[in-house]
Amino acid sequence: MTTVSNSVEQKKGFGAMLWDWLTTVDHKKIGILYLIGGGFFFVLGGIEAMLIRFQLLIPNNDFVSAGFFNELITMHGTTMIFLAAMPLLFGFMNAIVPLQIGARDVAFPFINSLGFWMFFFGGLFLNLSWFLDAAPDAGWTSYASLSIASAGHGIDFYAIGLQIAGAGTLMAGINFLVTIINMRAPGMTYMRMPLFTWTTFVASALILFAFPPLTVGIFFLTFDRMFGANFFDHTMGGNTIIWEHIFWIFGHPEVYILILPAFGIFSEVFSVFARKRLFGYSAMVFATVLIGFLGFMVWAHHMFTVGLGPTANAIFAVATMAIAVPTGVKIFNWLLTIWGGSIKITTPMLYALGFIPSFVMGGVTGVQQGAAPLDYQLHDSYFIVAHFHYVIVGGVVLAILAATHYWWPKMFGTMLSEKLGKITFWFFFIGFHMTFFLQHFLGLMGMPRRVWTYMDGQGWNLFNLISTIGAVLMAIGVIVLIINVIITTAKNERVGNDPWEDGRTLEWAIPSPPPFYNFAQTPLVRGLDSYWIEKQEGHNGYTAAEPVTDIHMPNGSIIPFFMTLGLFIAGFGAMYRLEHDWGLPVLIFGLAFTFLTMGIRSIKDDLGYYVTKDQIRRMERGRD
Amino acid sequence: MAHDIEIIEKTPAEFEYKKRRSDRLMRSQLMMFALMIFMTLISFAAVQAGFSAYFVIPVVLLLAAVQVGLQLYYFMHMSEKGHGLVAFFMYGGVLLAFLTVLAFVTIIWW
Repeated sequence: MTTVSNSVEQKKGFGAMLWDWLTTVDHKKIGILYLIGGGFFFVLGGIEAMLIRFQLLIPNNDFVSAGFFNELITMHGTTMIFLAAMPLLFGFMNAIVPLQIGARDVAFPFINSLGFWMFFFGGLFLNLSWFLDAAPDAGWTSYASLSIASAGHGIDFYAIGLQIAGAGTLMAGINFLVTIINMRAPGMTYMRMPLFTWTTFVASALILFAFPPLTVGIFFLTFDRMFGANFFDHTMGGNTIIWEHIFWIFGHPEVYILILPAFGIFSEVFSVFARKRLFGYSAMVFATVLIGFLGFMVWAHHMFTVGLGPTANAIFAVATMAIAVPTGVKIFNWLLTIWGGSIKITTPMLYALGFIPSFVMGGVTGVQQGAAPLDYQLHDSYFIVAHFHYVIVGGVVLAILAATHYWWPKMFGTMLSEKLGKITFWFFFIGFHMTFFLQHFLGLMGMPRRVWTYMDGQGWNLFNLISTIGAVLMAIGVIVLIINVIITTAKNERVGNDPWEDGRTLEWAIPSPPPFYNFAQTPLVRGLDSYWIEKQEGHNGYTAAEPVTDIHMPNGSIIPFFMTLGLFIAGFGAMYRLEHDWGLPVLIFGLAFTFLTMGIRSIKDDLGYYVTKDQIRRMERGRD
Repeated sequence: MAHDIEIIEKTPAEFEYKKRRSDRLMRSQLMMFALMIFMTLISFAAVQAGFSAYFVIPVVLLLAAVQVGLQLYYFMHMSEKGHGLVAFFMYGGVLLAFLTVLAFVTIIWW
């Protein structure tokens, strides 16, 4: 028991610290791990983007080879979606959602850790393709005929890497669903949950329904490529179009999995910095749920040109346009939240204000593409590239950057420099519009997407040049952010509970960073924006729902790390099975190792430990 | 470490109520069990009797669907309070799965 109280009071050696991070099941630390992992892959995907833009800087460029360019675009898309945007959002969900609902941890801390390690090892596996063979080169959508014809092991890395990372995501989604349903503090009804918690909830439900199709699709691809199956080979009775359907049945909800938490982040930022209650809270919740539902009924709008027939195209076109309605409700609610508010232009608020016009532009081009006849013209042109970068960078990435500034003090106990933050914003925001706005017109001028290079004299030169300059500005913005993080960490100026001074939700009622047990007493929630209510009544902190009692906490465990390591090893075995003798034994060993660790987890009882009342009182006093 | 285990004693009235309630539950579960066995017998009999496959397959599928429902509501307690969200997720999933299969049947395999 003494180790419990010591663990927060003593400095540890490097080995002990490393062990602590490898075995942690604390949602706040796993949030930070997701942030580090996602941040690393974000930089990697960004470097790939820069190489793409430098190749397209001038016509007839041979900065990279055509084959390498295909690998770059594939890995840029795959990395940014699966290994950067989603894990970064998971980082904030992990760090913040349990605090917002007044819980001490997520429902399944062990599975939370397992989810992180599966994401990390899956991403590592995918990116080792750069060094071991060739990277995947069939585009992030990996359409079946092309991906099955692709030589080498590139697509095998894609299939196995995403299978491992995807399983981790599914676990994380289920974990958040159970957490939000079961672990809300007394008084935290569904309609009192902060919008970020709500959007996390709906995004998790989308993960629950969207990731199994991906798992099935990738298994088909794996078996077609590595085990001689013929799911997508039409000469053997398969059907290559099925991959496209399965991929987009997953892929379309996936973009809502990304954008809904972004909406949640901006809803928090708007109401905090306009210092007003979120306008139309219940309409916002309803719109979120509706977007979630409709998200599953529109996947074929990615496939209008496949030849589904006019009836199918018409149905999916109408369903697609219907999504603009709940999204419009949200946009107007944000505008009306700012309206008449006492606005503070902080860095997160700047991102939020920049988000509205940027995202609306992406949404409008989305509705245009939703019209099937027009989509025949726009399909596979740079117009599409411009559209999805407007929604993903203009929506999701701006939200991630806003959340980084907004929740940094809560996660790390220090405040990122506002000055450098605003410099980051302006570089990133101007660079973003420079890069992608002109790509709409490149598309309308006929430039196809995914081309390695282009001929001179088509009028595309200037716009491509400007686009590349914009990308450099975005890179400068990100570098300034990294410098900001380093300076802030080095200075280490600690902040209090509510550093923005206008926090409304429960996470601001406790210290920054929170103690490992979060809440010394479970809070009592008396309405929407519960910390705001407390502040209005002159209270400092939150109203407790229980006396100080012993707190039950989970033990850390190294098992998730090894469980995933087994799958990582098995992946190499599956891939090299046909050409090396050691492949099959390695495949069997890896799977057996994973099953062994699962067995240990099942047999060994781990009931956690208790933090006693005395220890809690001592720690709470030590802080004041 | 004493972790305040609360012991709640039932009043006689409460005890009687709980007893009646579990008796009633037991009776309905037994009835449903018998019904499900009966439906299984019908399915087997329909196959054995050698009716047309166009009759047997829909009947067996229909009975299977009914049995899933009975299983969920009578044995997995979905009829009781506090299962609203579970039901919402299950019906949501069923709806999405139905739409997906419908789309596959009509635009890929038709």
